[in-house]
Amino acid sequence: MARIAPLIRQQRVDLLLRDYERSVSEKRQRRIASGLGFLACVLIAAWVGEVDLARFAAGIPRFWSYFYDITPTLRLAHLSEDISEWYWNGWFWVELLLETLLVAYVGTLAGAGIGFCLCFLTSANILNAPVLTFVVKRSLEFCRTVPDIVFALLFVYAIGLGPIPGVLAIAIHTTGALGKQFSEVVENIDLKPVEGLRSTGADWFAQIRFAVLPQVISNFVSYGLLRFEINVRGATVMGFVGAGGIGKELLSSIRQFYYSDVSAILVMIVLTVSLIDLFTEKLRHRFLDIGLPQ
Amino acid sequence: MSNRSVQQADLAALQAAYPHLFSVRWATRAKAVGLVLSVLGLFIFGLIWLGFSPMAIIHGAERLRIILGLMFPPSAGELFPTYVKALAQTLAIAFLGTLLASLIAFPLSLLAARTVVNQGVVHFFARRWFDAICGVDTLIWALVFINVVGLGPFAGILAVAMSDVGSFGKLFSEVIEAADRKPVEGIVSTGGSRSHRLRFGIVPQVLPIFLSQVLYYFESNTRSATVIGIVGAGGIGLYLSNEINQQNWDHVSFIILMILITVATIDFVSARIRQLIYSPK
Repeated sequence: MARIAPLIRQQRVDLLLRDYERSVSEKRQRRIASGLGFLACVLIAAWVGEVDLARFAAGIPRFWSYFYDITPTLRLAHLSEDISEWYWNGWFWVELLLETLLVAYVGTLAGAGIGFCLCFLTSANILNAPVLTFVVKRSLEFCRTVPDIVFALLFVYAIGLGPIPGVLAIAIHTTGALGKQFSEVVENIDLKPVEGLRSTGADWFAQIRFAVLPQVISNFVSYGLLRFEINVRGATVMGFVGAGGIGKELLSSIRQFYYSDVSAILVMIVLTVSLIDLFTEKLRHRFLDIGLPQ
Repeated sequence: MSNRSVQQADLAALQAAYPHLFSVRWATRAKAVGLVLSVLGLFIFGLIWLGFSPMAIIHGAERLRIILGLMFPPSAGELFPTYVKALAQTLAIAFLGTLLASLIAFPLSLLAARTVVNQGVVHFFARRWFDAICGVDTLIWALVFINVVGLGPFAGILAVAMSDVGSFGKLFSEVIEAADRKPVEGIVSTGGSRSHRLRFGIVPQVLPIFLSQVLYYFESNTRSATVIGIVGAGGIGLYLSNEINQQNWDHVSFIILMILITVATIDFVSARIRQLIYSPK
């Protein structure tokens, strides 16, 4: 202070200090206010959500004991017998898992195909038809906002039990999600190649094929693979509503307290999902490498 | 202008000058065709394996048309207050689940971040653990938690929280690893302790990113919380599946509309908040 004093008059220092105090206290007040608002939200949500701390406290030991119960008894001495007992129904589950993967695959590919066709209709820089663009965009929004399992419930009712309702539900949801992501990619392309082709008299399809597609295809593949990962997870629960896959088996083993079956199926699901993730990640990197630079 | 005529390109000369541009590379082409064929082949195999039949689809489409006809006009009858309450419960599940998940995931993500805990083993197991939790769908967790705490929204909250701990843990630790090292080095140079480094070097950098990711997941959890009731874990999903089973199609369409409006509102609000986080004022 003593050294600053000759340079800055005390009056000025007071002014600065006051301004600082004011801005800090304003900030502090704002923080307290938003903190209280947030706390109110939490309390209201807890009340509506029937949060009961006593029940939660009672539930915690049950949570651990549940995981203890579903852990299979594996003894090192006769490991192979224990494992074959744990996976007594293994081949059936593998078959169901394959069905799950196929539901995800067929649904993703069908949805990606439809989304691919529609994405060119929603991109204002490729197609100048505002009404069509608006209609397609809103329908895509509808398709991706309604959860796929809701579609599955409806289709199970309309078509009957089995994997096909699951495929259709995933396809519709994927159409909505990928249609949007695809059209975002198309909206961000470099338009010069398109103009070049147009100047040579190429028609709209030729412009798409030779000017747009080479720019977007690697991104499309990458988004499609990501969606496939998501859909594999989604397909594991399609069976909960009777729409095929491993879900039905998991549901019945959880409901009927077949503890070791629960863990066996869960482990299989986690392994499959991780494997698919690894595999698609490898593929994605390959496609991005050989794709055109952005 | 009128004197000039459009000259046809001399294709033969061009071909002679740039043979590599005109020659067809059969190997590349065969690879591409093979890839497309195998993708389509697996698709058709899938359709056959899954028992796809056009007749069933046509028949189903006919029934779906009847159902759609019965859906209009959407109406809730006397159950409107019940549905609103269930929808509020859905939002509460998403909100508390996301909040709980972010609170649990934050300390865990520090463990999984290589720049904070430089222990390869800890890092590896934390990551694999997050992956395993992530691989299990929210609905499965909901079923598990129903066994633990009983039917009701509380199981839903825990299910949403559980599946998000995995995703948050992964995302958060990646953000922490990508954080700028310079502020941390600055704090080290002034003699700051380990916790100072975290609090003043890393947290201010990562908090806004965490917040926007949490908001993003809140949006997506609102969607999953709408269906969590199908297995009995609270929220609007219970009514949705009940009304479908009882074939009250006007109620079904009303509930779907309510879900759409709620999700759109939440998306809008959270997008605005995220904008505010990134560019205050």
